[in-house]
Amino acid sequence: MNEMTTIARTTTLKDWETDQEVRWCPGCGDYAILKAVQRTMPEIGTTPENTVFVSGIGCSSRFPYYMETYGFHTIHGRAPAFATGLKLANPDLDIWIVTGDGDGLSIGGNHTMHLIRRNLDCQIMLFNNEIYGLTKGQYSPTSRVGTTSPSTPYGSVDRPAQPAAFALGAGARFVARGFDVSKELPNVLKAAHAHKGAAFIEIFQNCIVYNKDVFEDFAAPKGAEDRQLWLKQGEPMIYAKGTKGIALDAEALHLKTVDVVDGDWQAAGVIVHDVTNRSVAHMLVEMRFGEFPMALGVLYDDPRPTFEADVVRQNKAAAEGKTADLQSLLKKGQTWTVTEGGPEL
Amino acid sequence: MATAVVDQADKRQSPLSDAVVVRFAGDSGDGMQLTGGQFTLSSALAGNDFATFPDFPAEIRAPQGTLFGVSAFQINFGSSAIDTAGDAPDVLVAMNPAALKTNVPQLKQGGLIIADEGEFNDRNLAKAKYDANPLDDGSLAKWQLLKLNISQLTMDAVKPFGLGNKEALRCKNMWTLGLALWMFDRDRQPLIDWLNAKFAKAPDLAAANVAALNAGHAYGETAELAGPLKQHHVDPAPVAPGLYRTLTGAEGIALGLVAGAQLAKLPMFFGGYPITPASAILHHLSRLKEYDVTTFQAEDEIAAICSAIGASYGGSLGVTSSSGPGIALKGEAMGLAIMTELPLVIVNSQRGGPSTGLPTKTEQSDLYQAVYGRNGDAPMPVVAARSPGDAFECAIETVRIAVQYMTPVMLLTDGYIANAAEPWAVPDLTTYEAFPVEFLTEAPEGGFKPYGRDENLKRPWVKPGTPGLLHRIGGIEKELDTGHINYAPENHQAMTDIRKDKIDGIKVPDQVVELGAEGGKLAVVGWGSTFGPIHQAVRRKRAEGLDVSHVHIRHIWPLPANLGELLKSYDKVIVPEMNTGQLKTVLRDQYLVDAKPVNKVSGQPFTIAEIEAAIEEALK
Repeated sequence: MNEMTTIARTTTLKDWETDQEVRWCPGCGDYAILKAVQRTMPEIGTTPENTVFVSGIGCSSRFPYYMETYGFHTIHGRAPAFATGLKLANPDLDIWIVTGDGDGLSIGGNHTMHLIRRNLDCQIMLFNNEIYGLTKGQYSPTSRVGTTSPSTPYGSVDRPAQPAAFALGAGARFVARGFDVSKELPNVLKAAHAHKGAAFIEIFQNCIVYNKDVFEDFAAPKGAEDRQLWLKQGEPMIYAKGTKGIALDAEALHLKTVDVVDGDWQAAGVIVHDVTNRSVAHMLVEMRFGEFPMALGVLYDDPRPTFEADVVRQNKAAAEGKTADLQSLLKKGQTWTVTEGGPEL
Repeated sequence: MATAVVDQADKRQSPLSDAVVVRFAGDSGDGMQLTGGQFTLSSALAGNDFATFPDFPAEIRAPQGTLFGVSAFQINFGSSAIDTAGDAPDVLVAMNPAALKTNVPQLKQGGLIIADEGEFNDRNLAKAKYDANPLDDGSLAKWQLLKLNISQLTMDAVKPFGLGNKEALRCKNMWTLGLALWMFDRDRQPLIDWLNAKFAKAPDLAAANVAALNAGHAYGETAELAGPLKQHHVDPAPVAPGLYRTLTGAEGIALGLVAGAQLAKLPMFFGGYPITPASAILHHLSRLKEYDVTTFQAEDEIAAICSAIGASYGGSLGVTSSSGPGIALKGEAMGLAIMTELPLVIVNSQRGGPSTGLPTKTEQSDLYQAVYGRNGDAPMPVVAARSPGDAFECAIETVRIAVQYMTPVMLLTDGYIANAAEPWAVPDLTTYEAFPVEFLTEAPEGGFKPYGRDENLKRPWVKPGTPGLLHRIGGIEKELDTGHINYAPENHQAMTDIRKDKIDGIKVPDQVVELGAEGGKLAVVGWGSTFGPIHQAVRRKRAEGLDVSHVHIRHIWPLPANLGELLKSYDKVIVPEMNTGQLKTVLRDQYLVDAKPVNKVSGQPFTIAEIEAAIEEALK
């Protein structure tokens, strides 16, 4: 960390708000996410000047304009590439990437994958609303089969991508899920920030104009306990007020739901959440909602060395003991001197 | 005429009596590029001026003996200034039938063919689509032919070292080089030293290669009496005393970029993606970490430029590099760099197009793409290098413009410059004026304006991490001064005008006349790697008394302020280009001059004779 970040300075939510008029549709889930982020920032001990929000194109990508930090609203799908160059230029910066299901998984899927596999230290917030908003409602790579939209009047036929499974498959060392209006979202963001490396957060976001309430089946407050599994490190995977849990079917090697009687989750074989268990993480991201509750919170968190740290280390090692004398570099290789008497080696 | 090697050659075709063109041609696996490279060094040590032209296939390991698997290396060396790799070779070394077939048509009439007859067997003849052996059927009568069983002679020479057949035959190129060294009265010792160093870990291989080299040399000495083979000495060219080295365009660009970054006092970030013929720049820079260079091999061309822009945003000198197809992919990101007014260097090593085109062949057909190839009104400076040495200077110039005007700049070179080598007088870096960047670190009087401007219309460069100067940038139209989002009609008009005025106002040096006079009957206007043939052709025609001048444009955009008046001072203007007339169109558009195109798009550089013919035609 550089000097600026080590200066203890308290900020409040107000310090992270810009004077710019927010231009999302009234009622858009993005408002709630913006507030959650602005509320989280003072608690994670960083400063506005050392923070950069980098985004691509789409509704979500307007985000940087509303954060009183440095911000770069780039081009469609490429935010991870800009973030990579920026972080390598200044590894001390705290970088947040804001993207959407179209920006991050369709046009920019390639960059998302490579940023994750390289493990650049940053937070990736992927706002998943399962629709293209800014271009007026076409189906997206996360839209469910049968989604009718201006470009799919008879319903979409292609199978949707699963953002969290995609991230884990790309080699992510941190995968989390939340949703726009959840009061748990700041905790998820804090955990993502605390993770050193690429932290991928899928945030379900309600597009009230083109895909209204598409997540109501699990996000609606009423009955939420039955449909949401909030994962907590070291705690059993129980939900529905402790009456149900997630267990491993050891024969078939997949997860199953079990009834928990009288709170005795051990007897029901409920698994204790270990955020470093990659095998279980693979099963959690694949857990189909309906048959299972929606797995939310930190699904996986197991850091390993980051890309920019390795680059810096290699640059230093390669430069060690060498002097950066460009004049002598120009003279390197096959040279000869021309004198009055002719050329010589 | 070119040389004493070929006594009866046509004098009119090549008036220079002190230059020789040799072409080494063989199978991709025969080591012709290496042979050519080492012969180049020996030419340098002999004090000759020279220019080279490596001409190799796009396939990495093309099937042996095939026509498309032929790899050639041409060198023109002499005792006066050499500007091109030469038109027609005086000597062709053909290591197999395919090499003979693809290269002999260019050989000067009366020129010398040295052929390895050991490779002219039925199988190889069939692969080269010869019905009869050309070494025996008289079809090569207009040239002098020297048939040697180089394969066998090499095997005999390296026999004592106990190599396998395959390894022994690999020494063929050294045998050939030995013969070439004898032909041009060259010192073998530097090559022997080089071989010993190269094979330090395998002394047997070193000894075998040296033996092959010596055997080839000895063959020349003994065979001289009998055949067409004669020894020829090319005097050293008069060059200024000083330290010289061979330099390829890719090296020139890499070193120039490092020098530019140092002069700007910036760390450099290079984002690249492998593509022929641009990859060599990435390779060179990735070994220069002690010069504060970070290189990043991105996942694609788009990520390469975007990471470079991200690094520029962070306060580094962002650089990216590619060739035509990759440059096309980077177009949208260039627009963002223009909109956000961040410095960026984009190197385009042009190759034959469109689409994948001719990856290993040269062309100048990306000028439209460089000047005009983006969505919206997106003006961007363009600088074009004429030679490997000039690429060093141009790279520094692009960095200067990028940081002094906060703009992306494109540097155009081509496959010919990237791969060709020339002798280069190592410059004294203390003679270059530094242009250190000053970042804005605190709000100036009157408040901080992210899109406020100085007298050059440049906006301030602020590194994220700087307290008190927080702001947001992006690709949406900016409000004047504040940089906030603004879609208002009058604001877009004003911002578009400012972006154009900023680029139009870049100070570039006045155009000079390379050879000839300001005003007259004919100007030959070129850019980029056509410098060599144009310069030689104009020199020759002026020696014949014709009124013709050579103008060579480095600053393609913005064009030098005096260029319009200069062009109008000639009765006629012709523009030779390796495309269908791109600079010609720009000149016509900018100055309403009747510039006439002279075009060649064969993947091969212009010959001097072709430009001479165009001059004669224009002055008819």
